[in-house]
Amino acid sequence: MASIHRWLAVCIAGLALATAAQAADPEMTLVIKDHRFEPAELKVPAGQRIKLIVHNQDTTPEEFESHSLNREKVVPAGQKVTVFIGPLKPGRYGFYGEYNEKTAQGTVVAE
Amino acid sequence: MFAAALIVFRESLEAALFVGIVAAATRGLLGRGSWLSGGVAIGVLGALGLAAVAPHVSGWFDGLGQDVINIAVLSVALSMLLWHCIWVATHSKEMAMDAQRLGRSVHDGERKPWALLTAVALAVLREGAETVLFVGGAITGGNTTFGEVAAAVVIGVGLGAALGFVIYAGLSRVPTKHIFSVTNVFIAILAGSIASQLVKSLAQAGFLERWSAPVWDTSHLLSPDSALGTLLHALVGYDATPSAAQLASYVAVLALIYAGTKFLRRTQSLPPRAS
Repeated sequence: MASIHRWLAVCIAGLALATAAQAADPEMTLVIKDHRFEPAELKVPAGQRIKLIVHNQDTTPEEFESHSLNREKVVPAGQKVTVFIGPLKPGRYGFYGEYNEKTAQGTVVAE
Repeated sequence: MFAAALIVFRESLEAALFVGIVAAATRGLLGRGSWLSGGVAIGVLGALGLAAVAPHVSGWFDGLGQDVINIAVLSVALSMLLWHCIWVATHSKEMAMDAQRLGRSVHDGERKPWALLTAVALAVLREGAETVLFVGGAITGGNTTFGEVAAAVVIGVGLGAALGFVIYAGLSRVPTKHIFSVTNVFIAILAGSIASQLVKSLAQAGFLERWSAPVWDTSHLLSPDSALGTLLHALVGYDATPSAAQLASYVAVLALIYAGTKFLRRTQSLPPRAS
């Protein structure tokens, strides 16, 4: 039980810290429409954490996934979710929508 | 349809392997079948519920709702596995001894492994909710027929369950004397894997920034989406691009279980105090 309490404490402390830290992170928006990402190439500043907002405007859910960014998150139909990425070294990082992999492809360009 | 079956398979595999390992770890426990299927059933119901509220939850905490739930689920699952590995593994002897002193007979079957039951339910819940969301989307999306989606679910879940059974059957060949040590190693590794996923969720939600950059990238050597990559992810927590924090948490959990078990075993092997 002690470990549950410890984890809860960590989570709550983390939440408090994160809310304080989030204000400084630059915000970028990625839209999912017709099972495609817009923009398909997203330019972000390198070397700092980015608050990425993924807005799914389709009527079906999508999973934002990227191995190089080490991220995966389901975005229900019509919803906006937040994914923190980086800080990134300059370079190109591919991402895709797992549920519609054929069309939903994109790249984050950090520079 | 093949792509859909693959996604369902990927989601169901981790839970199926876990159930297989737990089934092997609790071989011989009275009523194992009923509490194990109870755990799975609770997980399935929870997954349906979670998928139903997902559109609302995802907007909580400024778009971090799912992460917060995921972090909570992973934390509880991790605690349960640590509890099982360290405490139950070392206290079974003591509990039997206590019972003898009191002049009662105890059968292992009378103890219910609540920690494992909870962990099973949470594993099914976590993987199941994403499957339900995906399948729900596929049905309402209109690009596929209901029959195709149903076939994808049957194939995907069926393949996952089959592999869960394979690992159970394999572990069942281990002699009874060693079975708990062997299954405990598997459960310890799963705990490490869950710790790593927990740290990844914390970084994704922005709660953790330090050490969150990937240390290496092996996705060209072994893609996490490939069959082997999926299997290794489910079994040992394979991640093609782990961060330093993930690696540290994985190693820390294994070390904690190892040291904790050793320490408790040594304490127990001392003669009991007369009190």
